[in-house]
Amino acid sequence: MALLARGELRSILQTEMPNALDTRWDTQATDQPEAHGEGQTILLDFDAVVKAEALVEVAHFIRDKFGYTLLSNITAVDYLKQGLIEVVYQFYNAAEGGPDLRVRVRIGRSPEECIVPSLTPTWPGADLQEREAYDMYGVVFPGHPNLARIYMWDEFKGFPMRKDFPKTGDKYTHVTGE
Amino acid sequence: MLKTEELQINIGPQHPSTHGVFRMLVTVDGETLVDLKPVFGYLHRNHEQLGEVNTYLQNMPFTDRLDYFNSMVNNHAYARAVETLAGVEVPERAQYIRVIMDELSRILNHATAMGFMLGDMGAWQTALLWGMREREKILDMFEYVSGARMMCNYCRFGGVVRDIDDWFITELKKLMQGLPHYFDDFEGLLLNSEILLARARNIGVLPKELALAYSVTGPVLRGSGVAYDIRKAEPYAVYDRFKFKVPVGTVGDVYDRFLVRIAEMRESYKILEQAIEQLPDATGGFINPKVKQQSLKAPAGEAYARVESPKGELGFYLVSDGSGSAYRYKVRAPSFINLSSLADMCKGYSIADVVVILGSIDIVMGEVDR
Repeated sequence: MALLARGELRSILQTEMPNALDTRWDTQATDQPEAHGEGQTILLDFDAVVKAEALVEVAHFIRDKFGYTLLSNITAVDYLKQGLIEVVYQFYNAAEGGPDLRVRVRIGRSPEECIVPSLTPTWPGADLQEREAYDMYGVVFPGHPNLARIYMWDEFKGFPMRKDFPKTGDKYTHVTGE
Repeated sequence: MLKTEELQINIGPQHPSTHGVFRMLVTVDGETLVDLKPVFGYLHRNHEQLGEVNTYLQNMPFTDRLDYFNSMVNNHAYARAVETLAGVEVPERAQYIRVIMDELSRILNHATAMGFMLGDMGAWQTALLWGMREREKILDMFEYVSGARMMCNYCRFGGVVRDIDDWFITELKKLMQGLPHYFDDFEGLLLNSEILLARARNIGVLPKELALAYSVTGPVLRGSGVAYDIRKAEPYAVYDRFKFKVPVGTVGDVYDRFLVRIAEMRESYKILEQAIEQLPDATGGFINPKVKQQSLKAPAGEAYARVESPKGELGFYLVSDGSGSAYRYKVRAPSFINLSSLADMCKGYSIADVVVILGSIDIVMGEVDR
């Protein structure tokens, strides 16, 4: 049971679970985007980016080995330019306090790729947050007991927080030529 | 054996004890609750998308509308997130002012939350009105410093919008003279009441391990016996300079959450006393003058900042692309995540206990629906 500094999990996983890490961004670590300018987005390489299929294993690993028992926050971010959706998991060590431990999963935006295994069976607190990520970003969580829309109504089409979702005009306000 | 039939009932969305537009789809077998599904979204306005369209400063008044009981705390958490992102320093006096406002918010929130919970139990009027009386005095102080009772919009990046003056300190000391009487009266009136004990003890039990698995924070987590308080676990502002205790419960029932809230109000009172004592003079300023509030641009990157809001961990996760508004703006709303434990807490208890258990979580729909 110990607190991990930022970035430390990455090196631990490199030795303990080399297959869990998603290494697609390792070569781009020095490729810094412009610091200013509209639409430039940054993909951080600092924390552990894990493969979607290894997420559950990694989450159990950090809980059992380092005491990160409190899964506090699940955030989905749409990186439209890179064609990626990133899901950020923030864990806390409830016994020792300290800052959060971030685990990231990067998946494609198409319905076939936008899949991350659910953590709800072990952390039931992830239930509503995963439903929110599904409702707003279209991330599908296999293993979730009730993956339904949470804020929008069930018949709603599309995922409103995605960056390519139109911000103006919808079928209710569209004026037809009648 | 007698054959029974299960029945589905909707509690809400329009129901006085759901604390807003919230619906619970409950399945009951006689009086006993078998299943509960929380249904919400009636107040949804895609607050997070608004935060991505607005500039950083434009979004500050919108954070007031999340947990509209504690707009001061929301402002503090959001300002902290942007300050972390943009690397802004905050003068010490502003940190103290923020702490004073946060702790006043905690007292008013717990006073009203317990009033509402006891109102749900049938202790109608007295408990709630006593809480409201104290809350109104604190809201007057907020109005004096910020211009608004509830939608304060008080914090700015690198400080607060207006300094507090001698009149405020004098009035605050006067207000605080009355607070211990309120705590004692409130406790004495209710703590040994047989009706309260019958309705609250061993009701809605959430054991320690389950509470952690459910990601609950704030008084609900501490009521279950986990001494996790962000003010101690990861001190922010100037909380590491104050002496205070983290009250915890033992069983994790409604009564424990009730006791934890009373004890927390007393601890907040202690923090207030120390904060007034230590408050630096005005030479250091109450806001960082270098920050361009209107045209603030944060360098590309991400930041997460959290505070111990009266309801739990309130956090803002921001991703910046270098422009004047956030690329991603996410609110980690405590009452939204605390709600996920509601079904488990209610199962097996009678339907009359559901409103009490919901009251003990202390939700506010502006924050749940966002």
